[in-house]
Amino acid sequence: MTNITLKIDNVDVTVEKGTSILDAAKKVDIRIPTLCHHEDLCIAGNCRICVVEQIGKHTLTASCATPAEDGMEIKTSSPKIRKARKDIMSLLVSEHNTQCTTCYRSTNCELQDLAAEYNIDNETYLSVLKPNLEIDKSSWSIEKDDSKCIRCQRCVRTCADIQGVNALAVTEKGNEMRVSTFMHLTMNEIVCTNCGQCITHCPTGALTERRYYDEIWDAIDDPDKHVVVNTAPSVRVALGEMFGYEVGTQVTGQMVTALKKMGFDAVLDTDFAADLTIIEEGHELLARLKAALVDKDPNIKLPMITSCSPGWVKFIEHMYPNHLGHLSTCKSPQQMFGAAVKTYYAEKKGIDPSKIVCVAGMPCAAKKYEANRPEMRSSGYQDIDAGLTTREIGHMIKQSGLDFKDLENGEFDSLMGESTGAGVIFGATGGVMEAALRTVYAVITGRPVPFERLNITPVRGLKGIKEAGIKFENCLPEYSWLEGVEAKVAIAHGLTNARVIMDEVAAGTSPYHFIEIMACPGGCIGGGGQPIPTTDAVRIKRTEAIYKEDMEKPIRMSHENPEITEIYEKFLKAPLGEKSHKLLHTKYRTRKRY
Amino acid sequence: MTKTNELVKKLVEEHGVARESLLPVLQGIVKEERYLSKEAMRDVAEQLDISAAEVYGTASFFSFLDTEEKGKYIIRVCKSITCDMKGKCELVRTMEDILKIKVGQTTVGKRFSLLETNCIGLCDQGPAMLINDDYYTKLTPVKVREILGDLIRKTS
Ligand code: SF4
Ligand code: SF4
Ligand code: SF4
Ligand code: FES
Ligand code: FES
Repeated sequence: MTNITLKIDNVDVTVEKGTSILDAAKKVDIRIPTLCHHEDLCIAGNCRICVVEQIGKHTLTASCATPAEDGMEIKTSSPKIRKARKDIMSLLVSEHNTQCTTCYRSTNCELQDLAAEYNIDNETYLSVLKPNLEIDKSSWSIEKDDSKCIRCQRCVRTCADIQGVNALAVTEKGNEMRVSTFMHLTMNEIVCTNCGQCITHCPTGALTERRYYDEIWDAIDDPDKHVVVNTAPSVRVALGEMFGYEVGTQVTGQMVTALKKMGFDAVLDTDFAADLTIIEEGHELLARLKAALVDKDPNIKLPMITSCSPGWVKFIEHMYPNHLGHLSTCKSPQQMFGAAVKTYYAEKKGIDPSKIVCVAGMPCAAKKYEANRPEMRSSGYQDIDAGLTTREIGHMIKQSGLDFKDLENGEFDSLMGESTGAGVIFGATGGVMEAALRTVYAVITGRPVPFERLNITPVRGLKGIKEAGIKFENCLPEYSWLEGVEAKVAIAHGLTNARVIMDEVAAGTSPYHFIEIMACPGGCIGGGGQPIPTTDAVRIKRTEAIYKEDMEKPIRMSHENPEITEIYEKFLKAPLGEKSHKLLHTKYRTRKRY
Repeated sequence: MTKTNELVKKLVEEHGVARESLLPVLQGIVKEERYLSKEAMRDVAEQLDISAAEVYGTASFFSFLDTEEKGKYIIRVCKSITCDMKGKCELVRTMEDILKIKVGQTTVGKRFSLLETNCIGLCDQGPAMLINDDYYTKLTPVKVREILGDLIRKTS
């Protein structure tokens, strides 16, 4: 590794060779504006807003796309630079549908921020906004408004580099150039997982989630309706960002209070359903292992792969339709929750399920689509009526006029509001695996997992693909067939990593028994419905908050959740039983790959 | 297997499945079928194992890779500055008149498509145009009438 030294605004900076001028400047806290650049993505260098002056060079240099060199002298602010940036902004705005007052991204928009900073006028370049650009609202999850697109291609790179889906592409050229789809088909007609990563990587309001909060407000206002909300683990560690809290602040208690004050009839916890998922999925894994190891059943598919990430589920349905047998049949926690609310909860509370509106607060865009899958009506009604993103919940709290920072801590309501640390860690990559191992190991051996304070650290962290092994020793008599067996597990997050894992599965060379896959980098804490921006630094902080919440929980294994014991005693009877099969498990379908 | 399936398969066998085969394969299809149908592009995506959006992105970038069905004769009149100043508008008007279509359209029997193109490197001999792979230079309305007349006679 060679180091080089350059001067930026008269400050000496030493960086590793190959570092961009932009990153070198960051190192000494000099901020250069960017638009097409995103630290998660490869460099595009197409917007030129990051230009700087290099002494001795006649033209301006794009700092994100130019490696720093030894002895370079850089100026990041000068009349020439300011004029260039202002010009670029004016050109972008001249073809932009600048309607900030009606735009969902207003106050959280990189274009708006820079336009304000450079105080551009509308006179230098007259508007050349293309007429008749229609908003594509065809998808349950994603809205695409080309009139707000600055063609930075961050979404294209996201869908290609992070997700390996390539649903979006640059089409046509010159002034006709668009960021679009195959033959300009609408978003519901193409191979798209609905993960929403393109949304969180878009600097403007061109890509947003389809919003449902007006319907929810209507339901809350309707005295006839019993409106139930459940919130996913990763919402509580990110929602605070929308109210000026530092990244990684847990706001669980305030969130619960806010939702109650907003008028929801019950505020319950998706973590409860995460615990439920672990019970069902854990037993499914044991059943598959037994069938494979003891009965030598050749039709049993191993490795078993988790199914709680609906973006991942749609991905495998499109990309590996011949391998759907590897997916756990368990529904995601959201959908288990919905099915249980409109049956178990309705029964116990004596509420007519047709009057229940079940809302899910999720870090996710794909869950909106998942709620609308035709399979997800096992209660006899649409199990989940609407999925809201963390961002939408933040907006709703703001709309209700609450001073979030002043709210007291509230408690989730009962029956489906109790959760364990295992349910909480579902929010981070590796969390489902860790929760499952905590329970499965305890069921098999009667002892807790042999990791300090139950923390299975090898499955944690942001590495794209993680592996671990855990050996079952001194098993309880009914599990003696697992004595000495080492369960091999893997965890992948981001669909490009999922592809690596799945290629092995497809080739029949996968060495694992159990695999966790999440569509979004970092898991749900980095989901497509989370506050913007999300970068690795942000992912790390949100993850820390998740594990902190886990440590603070008195119960940290799913099977010890008293409300879980209760639902099995009073309603479901047994894991993988008849009721579970009807309500908590699902089927998958094959979809086209191209 | 349709004719297109077979053609794509043959072209991919010839050029290989690497990403850089995309362009030659697309060109090969256009040579045979004059344009890239939805079916053909999906097929290429499948054979090269890339997304259909990527295929479309590439196809729509190049003027000579059409994604809409075109006529047997594709006329491309240069619209760049030199040819424009040498009277390209007049040529276009003449052809629109003869073919009874506007620029961008294809005749009902799918015999002719009338398109405009950027500079084709014949500026010194403008105004210029291409009909399929043949170029025609120093055009006048009279010359254009003759050329089209020949083609119409040849195909009727
Ligand atoms: S995308 Fe940004 S600049 Fe454009 S209208 Fe929305 S908030 Fe305003
Ligand atoms: S939602 Fe995901 S799969 Fe769909 S276009 Fe966006 S990044 Fe690609
Ligand atoms: S949709 Fe957003 S991310 Fe994609 S090119 Fe347009 S502005 Fe950039
Ligand atoms: S941010 Fe550097 S060119 Fe766009
Ligand atoms: S301008 Fe017409 S050929 Fe160059």
